[in-house]
Amino acid sequence: MGLAAREARLTERGVSGMDATMDTTGEVGRIPIHKAKSVGGVSDPLFVAALWASGIFVLILLGLIIAQLFIGGFPALQEFGLDFIWTASWNPVTEKFGALVMVYGTLLSAIIAVVVALPLSFGIAFFLTEIAPQALKRPIGVAVQLLAAVPSIIYGMWGFFVIAPLMAQYVQPPLIEFLGPIPLLGVLFQGPPLGSGMFTAGLILAVMIVPFITAMFVETLESVPPMLKESAYGVGATTYEVYKNVSVPYGSTAMVGAVMLGLGRALGETMAVTFVIGNATRLSASLFAPGATIASTIANEFPEAAIGSLKLTSLLQLGFILFVISFIVLALSRALVRSRLD
Amino acid sequence: MASLAARRTKDYTIKAISVAFAALAIFLLAWILLTLIAKGLPALGLNVFTNITMPPGQNGGLLNAIVGSLIQIAIALVIGGPIGIFAGTFLAENGKGTRIGAAARFVNDILLSAPSILVGLFIYQLLVVPFGGFSGWAGSLALAILVIPVIVRTTEDMLNLVPVGLREAAFALGAPQWKVVMMVTWRAARAGIVTGILLAIARAAGETAPLLFTSLGNNSWSVDLSKPMASLPIAIYQYAGSPFDDWVSLAWAGALLITVGVLVLNVVSRLVLSRSH
Repeated sequence: MGLAAREARLTERGVSGMDATMDTTGEVGRIPIHKAKSVGGVSDPLFVAALWASGIFVLILLGLIIAQLFIGGFPALQEFGLDFIWTASWNPVTEKFGALVMVYGTLLSAIIAVVVALPLSFGIAFFLTEIAPQALKRPIGVAVQLLAAVPSIIYGMWGFFVIAPLMAQYVQPPLIEFLGPIPLLGVLFQGPPLGSGMFTAGLILAVMIVPFITAMFVETLESVPPMLKESAYGVGATTYEVYKNVSVPYGSTAMVGAVMLGLGRALGETMAVTFVIGNATRLSASLFAPGATIASTIANEFPEAAIGSLKLTSLLQLGFILFVISFIVLALSRALVRSRLD
Repeated sequence: MASLAARRTKDYTIKAISVAFAALAIFLLAWILLTLIAKGLPALGLNVFTNITMPPGQNGGLLNAIVGSLIQIAIALVIGGPIGIFAGTFLAENGKGTRIGAAARFVNDILLSAPSILVGLFIYQLLVVPFGGFSGWAGSLALAILVIPVIVRTTEDMLNLVPVGLREAAFALGAPQWKVVMMVTWRAARAGIVTGILLAIARAAGETAPLLFTSLGNNSWSVDLSKPMASLPIAIYQYAGSPFDDWVSLAWAGALLITVGVLVLNVVSRLVLSRSH
């Protein structure tokens, strides 16, 4: 029998007895039972109802958000049809709107972030679980977690005022010079070194998602049964070999889930990206070119859109698309993480 | 298999790299904090706390933004706190093992990581459009929605740590569920629930995106919740992108304030939790 059911049954039985005892300081017999029963009898169903109502509120909140975004963006869907997703133009003058540039920017910046964050997280998790002395483990773990606590807008300012100028001066010019001329691959590294753009946005996002991925990596790695690791050590494996061949494969499902969570976080990040991506609503092959994500476009253009305008409904439609993408990624992540823990 | 020497070398190399990566993470945190201190501290005069936002060159401050943020966070907590604690309690007690409980937990995990700007759009559609304008209420509600999943998650986790025996003992005495929850389980998990609330405040304090289209921001003094209301993150956003030097340095001062506040809340919440165990 479940705990809840047992509690419910106990509650039903217990209501009157407890209150009668307390009200009469032990003289149970003198107080009519029905009178005492009414005290717990009213407040308990109320309390339980409040618990259920709050739980169900959380349950329907997500549906409400999705419904509002869909309804809000519906006029744009009517106007452009499903072509909205594949159309690359975003032109407020001719009122021709499409999501392709932003969807591309959202996915590309998030993928850059994951590609950069993944090795970092593997390394930091290895350090925290296998190398760090006990005394250092906690402070360093907390410091990494604090990176996740820094507000998004602070990353934006730091990226805009500190990182972007450094990228423009020291990082991008040599990359453009050496990688640009390579056939095919070079396309990614061409154009002027502006500092801001897709690449810089991806790097800032990487710093922001490392703490999330690392925390879940560490949690998973610490759940590896010591005996498995000891067996590997026993046959002479090095620390790294145990990590690579025992710990990581053991937790691989949950670790993929952790990476998906990082991806999901990066997809919807707004303020940090808005500061450094350059906000250009056109498609470019180069990673150094300015671009836009769904979130940055909404943040930038929403204030200029009039209520009921086609632009506003198109922005809401963009929001709906972002919600669908993040929902899929986050739901997958959760399924992978939970599947191993349960 | 490679020789022992080669394997050892590889082991040391990887260890060195992972130490370097951990050092890099610490370095990045330090870099961000030092940037904030270097640019924010010189601008953090008394005027920041005593003057409201003013046109460039008039020694303006951030008073209205700070007060606006505090008001909106407070209302978000008053609304989101009880709902979050009750929903978290539901998940740990009544909803445990039920389908509705599992579904609500799933939705809460999604809400925890869902893009915050979409919450802003949701409230915009729900409140701003029908009631004809941006308002402090709309901003507070957007923050409330962001606060709820954080509190739900920590409350549930912390209640799950309370031994079943405690509950059973209380029920065996004949206590109704509201007494068991309020006087036994909540009390046993008090430190954890406080942690959740502190983390929720930290999250609400730093969020900018959901306020963009809800409370909008306000450059004059206003504590009227039915009007657009200033907030620290929005003021920072507005000032950081401006071409005026004194506005940009005010943005840094505000950024320093928010970051120090948020980091202190995070560290304190960890201390509260570790002291209780």
